[in-house]
Amino acid sequence: MHLDHTHSGPVALSADARRPDGTRRALRIGLGGPVGSGKTATVAALCRALREELSLAVVTNDIYTREDAEFLLREAVLPPERISAVETGACPHTAIRDDISANLEAVEDLEDTAGPLDLILVESGGDNLTATFSKGLVDAQIFVIDVAGGDDIPRKGGPGVTTADLLVVNKTDLAPYVGSDLPRMAADAKAQRGELPVVLQSLREETGVRDVADWVRARLADWTAPA
Amino acid sequence: MSRAALLVLADGRFPAGGHAHSGGAEAAVRAGRITGAGELAEFCRGRLHTTGLVSAALAASAALGMDPAGLDAAADARTPSPALRGAARRLGRQLLRAARATWPSAELDALARDFPKGAHQPVVLGLAARAAGLGAADAAYCSAYESVGGAASATVRLLSLDPLDATGVLARLAPEVDLVVDRAVAAAREALAEGPETLPGASAPLLEILAETHAASPARLFAS
Ligand SMILES: Nc1nc2c(ncn2[C@@H]2O[C@H](COP(=O)(O)OP(=O)(O)OP(=O)(O)O)[C@@H](O)[C@H]2O)c(=O)[nH]1
Ligand SMILES: [Mg+2]
Repeated sequence: MHLDHTHSGPVALSADARRPDGTRRALRIGLGGPVGSGKTATVAALCRALREELSLAVVTNDIYTREDAEFLLREAVLPPERISAVETGACPHTAIRDDISANLEAVEDLEDTAGPLDLILVESGGDNLTATFSKGLVDAQIFVIDVAGGDDIPRKGGPGVTTADLLVVNKTDLAPYVGSDLPRMAADAKAQRGELPVVLQSLREETGVRDVADWVRARLADWTAPA
Repeated sequence: MSRAALLVLADGRFPAGGHAHSGGAEAAVRAGRITGAGELAEFCRGRLHTTGLVSAALAASAALGMDPAGLDAAADARTPSPALRGAARRLGRQLLRAARATWPSAELDALARDFPKGAHQPVVLGLAARAAGLGAADAAYCSAYESVGGAASATVRLLSLDPLDATGVLARLAPEVDLVVDRAVAAAREALAEGPETLPGASAPLLEILAETHAASPARLFAS
């Protein structure tokens, strides 16, 4: 649902791939998933892995604080003008799916003030297994679950687990302590998702966010490839 | 005028950012001023006759075609709290985005050019109503109803109030909403002839003060 061009004004209206001046806007990747699964930790690790090679920024959607934004600021993963916090009115999935206006303002403001940007990561406040991002807000989405949340989550499915462009099963280092069966989680995820990719990671181990960073690089290569 | 267009604009699901705001209800709940449906009704009545009337008159004026810049300045002058002025502009910008996508119009485009960081929400609402083919009373109804509807639905979440009670509060306020809309439209017609200075300036000081406290609070569910 885009305006026809005679009406196009100074602000982009929705998911248009171009800025008002005709240049290609930043790729937007959403990260969603249950509370505490490691979304902010993954965002922080991605920033550290990618900030030398890309111009990037982050939007956080906290439920009732600015903790995620403050964590990222404290960790100094990016300069403060590249981190923006959106308030969600007790309902994180509304802000990323049903009424994305505040998030769109945030991504556009970041492009205006810190741009040009290659990549914007949008973290959703921790929510439930049905939370997904609107296509009007992000170009691709990552759903982050962890092994400690129960190893039957991939089997249960739900829109996040089954349809996200990338499923991350985080905190694999904890599997032995919480009795989670990693091969079973991987098999269940495969059964739910068919060809869609799954990454098992531990941010506490050497390889860390490597596979997810590679996936992001590949999305960015697709995004910037001439049509 | 199309009644169906009015329903689209007035629908709480219209994606213009309202869901993240409580109309001061969160601050009032925290201050112990709203603890149940009875107090919610009083709180909403207070909002309706102060900020509700002012917003509805601004929206009706914009719908009548008054200069948005003058109305925006009038809105600023009637909103002492910087936090509320900021929230009104952010919501105005979000509404403008949704309205431009829904009812493309040269007037809305011009508003976006003149106010890149957003005009006051009621002003945008009035112009959106105009773009949707609606009239001054329709715009005033949207604004007056919104001034109480947002607070009621936020209170359902904040207090786990029975949603039927909250809806009952709104239903019982309906005759007063009608009254406020009549006054707002009359004020808008007067302003059209006399200028925006004549618009109502009813204010609720406690709403403004609590809005400042709320904006400074480190943990909150709603933006305002
Ligand atoms: N052991 C271990 N802990 C991790 C890993 N990744 C994140 N954590 C920890 O898990 C906790 C929650 O991580 P966050 O990144 O804040 O989780 P989140 O998904 O952003 O949480 P919300 O935003 O509150 O929903 C923190 O204490 C992290 O340090 C991991 O791979 N292994
Ligand atoms: Mg987080």
